[in-house]
Amino acid sequence: MKILVAVKRVVDSNIKVRVKADGSGMETANLKMAMNPFDEIAVEEAVRLKEAGSATEVVAVSMGPGACQETLRSAMAMGADRSILVQTDADLQPLAVAKLLAAIVKKEVPRVVFLGKQAIDDDSNQTGQMLAALIDWPQGTFASKVKLADGNVEVTREIDGGLETVSLQLPAVITADLRLNTPRYVTLPNIMKAKKKPMETLRPEDLGVDIAPRLKTLKVTDPPSRKAGAKVADVKELVAKLRSEAKVI
Amino acid sequence: MAVLVIAEHHNGRLAAATLNTVTAATQLGGDVHVLVAGENIAQVAKAAAQVGGVAKVRTVDAAHYKDALPENVAPLVASIAKEYSHVLAPATTFGKNVSPRAAALLDVAQISDVVAVESADTFVRPIYAGSAMATVQSSDAIKVITVRATGFDAAAAGGGSASVEPVTATAPVDSAKLLGQELTKSERPELTAARIVVSGGRGVGSAENFKVVAALADKLGAALGASRAAVDAGFVPNDYQVGQTGKIVAPELYIAVGISGAIQHLAGMKDSRVIVAINKDADAPIFQVADYGLVADLFQAVPEMVAELGK
Amino acid sequence: MEFDVVVVGGGPAGLAAAIRVKQLAAETGADVSVCLIEKGSEIGAHILSGAVMDPRGLNELLPNWKARGAPLNTPVTEDRFQFLTRRGSWRLPNSLLPACFHNEGNYVISLGNLCRWLGQQAEALGVEVYAGFAGAEVLYDDKGAVKGVATSDMGIGKDGKPTDAYQRGVELHAKYTLFAEGCRGQLGLQLEARFNLRERADPQVYGIGIKELWEVKPERHKPGLVVHTAGWPLSNDTYGGSFLYHMENRQVAVGLVVGLGYKNPHLSPFEEFQRYKTHPSIRPFFEGGRRIGYGARAITAGGFQALPKLVFPGGCMIGDDAGFLNGARIKGSHTAIKSGMLAAEALVLALAKGRGRDELEAYPAAYRTSWMHDELYRARNFKPWMSGNMLFGTLMFGVDQQVFRGRAPWTLHLKADHTKLKKASECTPIDYPKPDGVLTFDRLSSVFLSNTHHEENQPAHLTLKDSGVPIKINLELYDAPETRYCPAGVYEIARDPDGGNPRLQINAANCVHCKTCDIKDPTQNIVWVAPQGGEGPVYSGM
Repeated sequence: MKILVAVKRVVDSNIKVRVKADGSGMETANLKMAMNPFDEIAVEEAVRLKEAGSATEVVAVSMGPGACQETLRSAMAMGADRSILVQTDADLQPLAVAKLLAAIVKKEVPRVVFLGKQAIDDDSNQTGQMLAALIDWPQGTFASKVKLADGNVEVTREIDGGLETVSLQLPAVITADLRLNTPRYVTLPNIMKAKKKPMETLRPEDLGVDIAPRLKTLKVTDPPSRKAGAKVADVKELVAKLRSEAKVI
Repeated sequence: MAVLVIAEHHNGRLAAATLNTVTAATQLGGDVHVLVAGENIAQVAKAAAQVGGVAKVRTVDAAHYKDALPENVAPLVASIAKEYSHVLAPATTFGKNVSPRAAALLDVAQISDVVAVESADTFVRPIYAGSAMATVQSSDAIKVITVRATGFDAAAAGGGSASVEPVTATAPVDSAKLLGQELTKSERPELTAARIVVSGGRGVGSAENFKVVAALADKLGAALGASRAAVDAGFVPNDYQVGQTGKIVAPELYIAVGISGAIQHLAGMKDSRVIVAINKDADAPIFQVADYGLVADLFQAVPEMVAELGK
Repeated sequence: MEFDVVVVGGGPAGLAAAIRVKQLAAETGADVSVCLIEKGSEIGAHILSGAVMDPRGLNELLPNWKARGAPLNTPVTEDRFQFLTRRGSWRLPNSLLPACFHNEGNYVISLGNLCRWLGQQAEALGVEVYAGFAGAEVLYDDKGAVKGVATSDMGIGKDGKPTDAYQRGVELHAKYTLFAEGCRGQLGLQLEARFNLRERADPQVYGIGIKELWEVKPERHKPGLVVHTAGWPLSNDTYGGSFLYHMENRQVAVGLVVGLGYKNPHLSPFEEFQRYKTHPSIRPFFEGGRRIGYGARAITAGGFQALPKLVFPGGCMIGDDAGFLNGARIKGSHTAIKSGMLAAEALVLALAKGRGRDELEAYPAAYRTSWMHDELYRARNFKPWMSGNMLFGTLMFGVDQQVFRGRAPWTLHLKADHTKLKKASECTPIDYPKPDGVLTFDRLSSVFLSNTHHEENQPAHLTLKDSGVPIKINLELYDAPETRYCPAGVYEIARDPDGGNPRLQINAANCVHCKTCDIKDPTQNIVWVAPQGGEGPVYSGM
């Protein structure tokens, strides 16, 4: 049973990214990049399923500039067997990524596609759902637990009020949430082994996908800074204001 | 052209976030229609028809929409979306689950977590976990949007009188089934989902003293959180920690008790709609971000607040 | 895992050594395997320096660095040296500046960016570079020679027991292991003790460099401008001074170096740096600008007299692990590169002869006849003169340089920094102004900008030899100086609400790996060890 995992190269989650002075975007030059943390969780889950015998092969796929090779090497160091890079310097938005993934799914015919629920740069939380729509598979989003059985998968999802468990017929798309697992540390020997694992490079044209972006970013600004607000004189005033002014209690 | 809002509802009631989404819809310049899909949704439809600003409620009553599974709801949305210039859903787990699937069926982009509408095709949304705001313009014929409730006031729940019209159901899809739900019924809501969070910091002084803060949380039906300093000092276990290395929360109301407001803590709660700070140090950095600041001894102020809330 | 060469540390010395080994091997067609490990999450993540670099070392290592795109983009255009008083300043005419303060031909750089570039050059030559792996333990063969290092275990819990994420570290064996951990490297200290490398050397002395990176308004920006100051806010008996360098992209690197031989335990280098920025001749640079980076690192200042024996069976020390920084010029990257090259040259010759696990005596021999030796020798009296009264010391060093051209017939000696701290009761507390959040800042919001992170569930990597000492001695006698000299707010004295029961709280997660506590603790009770790899700061452009 083949599992496909999609991974994205993003600015390392530990770094505080700032807005460019001219507002045209974020200052990302020379920043450390890393695999999107939710995607790491997705890779971990796929690898665990393989180690448990439920899957036979884990294939990692990424889209973007040549440097995404590093992200795929990380995925292979975590245990993915091989990887595919769809190489382009173009601005890829979720719909385009979903279409590219749909084309790869058609080629690779996996039974499960894992993704992280969202990328920490764009925070769109769309790609997995869009892919599921394009290939008409059921979706298990924000997964905090995955139980693979014969012909179906039970996904426990984190929802606003708590948890919900759905049963999806295979093949299915699953997006990983934070509590699904804790990704393993990558070991030196595994990094060395990963260098020898196969990586295929394709271009969007090879897959016949139109990747033209639909959204244009007009400007990027700092979030509105909270102004130092009013001081209240006493508890009575505080409660009164929270009731009447802020209307929050 | 009109604008469609996909309503979220539970147990016969419209979810609050739907009302904020309606407000966003009214800013797009077109009649606002609300789609209510589910099973036995007559009551919800009625409530939707009464929401201020809504011109029409479109309903579908069928078993396969009961569990709000996107495999069924998304095709339904796609089947009527061509009549609309915009399709909005609240940016709740429901909306996030359904909306992108619908967008892909329509072959259009989605703009997630919109906090402001600049014009019919231009929206503001947070990126990089809210470290920045992007103003984004869509060139698609249908704009699919999820709306962050904290960016818009709730529309009036009453006073409207929209018409209610049925919509043809789409064919049932059974590739997904709901097995069950575990909704948090505990006394205290989960930190990252709570509407109100009360957090204690180093100023609370001891694990024993945390009772004082917990009493306020209980009174408000709030989740209980803590600063890193309080966790490091052993007052509470580390899953209470709000902050850069703990949990990121964005409740309606965040009350910081005895918390100085180190930037690492602020990183975890800066998106709260209303921030209240109670601290005896008037210079504490938390007052720079608090909407309401009370310089007082928490051991007096907090019990007093619990009493005042009881009135 | 077996290699010919293992390099511990991905700074300028380690990378230069790795590159040089591969260059020499290619010349002779030999196949020499080189493995370089670096504890930061990427090459450059833990690199922090001013910096004005003398390209001399790089010119020798990679003569076509410019064509290859090395990030040396801002040549120095102007040097300024100022003495600050509380409200004023006076500038020393450049004609009176000793040669060590002239920077023509040098470049204002981000050493972090340079190291990243060097890392790419190294990988292109076939060096196996592994970032995110800390050298935790030196390994010895049965003859007592260094046979390599072991990387740290990952996923050990706070209680010392393996967690679910546990991954055992690996042993990296080599014929020669180069230690390039930078200033106050933990393995370097162990090697010095084990092989008695400091027998004939003065104790090493250090400074703490605290640095910020600012984006300034275009009208305040003068690329290539290099400013050094001495005087205020440091008192006359405290060694130190500031640097302020204008780089490209409207960025200004600014920092304060405070000698760690300071006597007053109430001194806080971080707060000295913050108030320095408020000086009328300094603050204008930053008006309307924004702070975009922060970090701190200890630097070696002992130079010539403090260099230990460089070699031991199976390995050697290069860069500031040994201490090649020229304190008078406050430059160390050029000598770090050169030392890496010299060690590499000695090593490749030895490997060609089938040697391994022995002493590379050709390396210190090469050092003794190199320009590095000459430069450090002539600057050797700088720190000793500056360790007492700064004004007098400056005059005497002036004499040393201008009259004796650095070849005075005497060599002064150094005393260890941690022995110099006076008791709190004997010193005046210093009243530091509160941060304004615009020009001056608090520790926590500064640490925030260093992007430092550590897995919280791991043993604290700031270890105490004796857990009673922090209260019995540090707090009692010195008023807990670690709570002030740590630039990251790692150390706090926690008390009960009634003020009683003081205890040392170690916020290990804040640590920026500067090593100051390891250096300055009065009884050397604090021992810094590397936390698990891939953690700590993620400096960008520093």
